[in-house]
Amino acid sequence: MVEGNSLDLTGNLAPPMANGELVFDAPWESRVFGMARLLCEQGFYDWDEFREYLIAEVDRWDNENPVEATNGNQTYSYYNLFSSALIRLLEEKQICNSRELMGRMDAFESRPHGHDH
Amino acid sequence: MSHIKEQDTPQALRVEALESILVEKGLLSADDIDEIVARYNERVGPLNGARLVARAWKDSSFRELLLRDGSAAIEPYQFEGGEVDKLVVVANTSDVHNVVVCTLCSCYPWAVLGLPPRWYKDPAYRSRIVREPRKVLHEMGLDLDEKIKIHVWDSSAEVRYMVLPMQPEGTEHYTEEKLIPLITRESMIGVSRL
Repeated sequence: MVEGNSLDLTGNLAPPMANGELVFDAPWESRVFGMARLLCEQGFYDWDEFREYLIAEVDRWDNENPVEATNGNQTYSYYNLFSSALIRLLEEKQICNSRELMGRMDAFESRPHGHDH
Repeated sequence: MSHIKEQDTPQALRVEALESILVEKGLLSADDIDEIVARYNERVGPLNGARLVARAWKDSSFRELLLRDGSAAIEPYQFEGGEVDKLVVVANTSDVHNVVVCTLCSCYPWAVLGLPPRWYKDPAYRSRIVREPRKVLHEMGLDLDEKIKIHVWDSSAEVRYMVLPMQPEGTEHYTEEKLIPLITRESMIGVSRL
């Protein structure tokens, strides 16, 4: 019998969450997070494997942008690095290659406004 | 899904393109993504950690187990979210203050604290909290007496940390359910005290 199991996670008792900030700044951030977790849960890779790619991306950014030189900078985007890590991993796993991705981005970019389906 | 084209940044476009390719390959669906994000947003969160803290305050044998073997202590709860295979819980005392960081990237015990807040992933927090913890904590609104020792715990792929804050004075007779709302995420990362 686990004490506390009767508590409802979605009930009124959510103050520790209520004082939280927004976790995602834009919908695409939550979507890339969701994709990375889904593919992991489906067994395409271990999270540790993804983490290696993420560390490499963050490391690269850190090296190119030392804290002292970039205080208050606006260019750091955690989820952009997260996306880069996922894309590299999927390429390595031959799930999606960069040419395919570039092609799709070009196609999307040339969509007329309001006709993006 | 609808998009407001004017707001599409290159980053957003890239992720949208990736999603469309993965959907086309039948690896996932847009609904799957909505579902998993909702799961992390709503069902995994610092409330789990707060439940552990409140119980540790009331139940000394649970407190002892939580500090000795965090992973074993939380195993019966079956929290969703993962990232707690090796959970180490460190207790604040009147002489010691603990604070958690991941200097490498953003390792964080999701199952007990939810997704990490933005500042936790900032390069400035990651690099400075190790070098000058007292100053960074001060900037974040926590002034610690000079005689309180600060321990900084650097998370890794293997080990995740959570802080067991001190129980606020005057709450000794509170029930667990009454204590839980007092326990903030920040106090369990160690950037605030209760």
